[in-house]
Amino acid sequence: MSAHSTAIGVSSKRGTWGGGNEPLKASYGKLMMWFFLLSDIFTFAAFLISYLSIRLGYPAYNGPADSFVGSNEYWPVPELVFEAVPFLHGFHAPLVFVGIMTFILISSSVTMVLAVEAGHRNDRNDVVKWMLWTMVGGITFLSCQAWEWNHFIHGTDAGSIMTYVNSLSREVTETVFGANLVVNEYGPPAFAQLFFFITGFHGFHVTIGVVLLFLAFYQAAVGVYDRRGHYEMIEKIGLYWHFVDLVWVFVFTLFYLI
Amino acid sequence: MEIQDSKSTLQVIPRNNEKIKKIWKTAGILLAITVAEFVMAFTMDRGILLYALFIILTIWKAKYIMMEFMHLGDEVKPLFYSIIVPLIFLVWLLIALAKEGSDIFMMRW
Repeated sequence: MSAHSTAIGVSSKRGTWGGGNEPLKASYGKLMMWFFLLSDIFTFAAFLISYLSIRLGYPAYNGPADSFVGSNEYWPVPELVFEAVPFLHGFHAPLVFVGIMTFILISSSVTMVLAVEAGHRNDRNDVVKWMLWTMVGGITFLSCQAWEWNHFIHGTDAGSIMTYVNSLSREVTETVFGANLVVNEYGPPAFAQLFFFITGFHGFHVTIGVVLLFLAFYQAAVGVYDRRGHYEMIEKIGLYWHFVDLVWVFVFTLFYLI
Repeated sequence: MEIQDSKSTLQVIPRNNEKIKKIWKTAGILLAITVAEFVMAFTMDRGILLYALFIILTIWKAKYIMMEFMHLGDEVKPLFYSIIVPLIFLVWLLIALAKEGSDIFMMRW
């Protein structure tokens, strides 16, 4: 949307350095959003590459799937850890729930791009409709993640027997249920720590995204963007929302598939 | 949904079905790749080949999201490269830390 922003009184004779130009032919807000996202990519890359590095430092479990027991000697196989779905207690459904979460987030990205497309056409009703769907997707995803965390923290019925150094610096051997930052029933402590930090940081981004989506939805609905003359805010928030989806694509691969 | 208050002077442009079709097509591709990854996770043996395929497919998905959804390809070339080129350094970080991780593994076990 570069056409609207020609400042009043700027003559075309001023040339490149005379002011009134848009660097890189993108508006200030969009440009800054891109560079913010670039810096955020570095943050997530640091997290995810650290995950890969720490994971490669441990041997992986390579026995048969049905005799898997958690141990802090080896890294667990994700499909044996993330195998629960809500309302189906004790039902073995590897990666099904996280697959649904991925589907929800990708769908909300699609409705977001449809909202941006409607914004290009100044079509307020379509913008409001698709923003609402995107928000529904974001909130559903967050709810799923809350359930996933809850299950991860409380653990399975059986638990695993772990030998570890507890918070009083004593070595203990006991049955551990679920996960915290000191010990978890699935694998080495780093496994749960990285799970909490990476999916937590991503979930935090989604939460911010839902707040931004709501603000833009509200402003579009009351006609702020119509009065402003353009729907660029939808585009900027769209960039952020797609970024959240982009990060999830990598989290999904590294955490749940590899 | 009809919303009252029409102080708007903006001209509403009718839908371009071609564009909307393209968006849904991209969505279909993204879902198809995810389903393919899902199937591969259960049918293929774990190992370097599977992991390499996962990473290639993930980057392929990332390309679709950035080019089709974020419209990075429609920006001017300098902006495009100032986003893409810094990411190349991440490849180095990835290789360096993956090597570091396997070396720690060799020392420990």
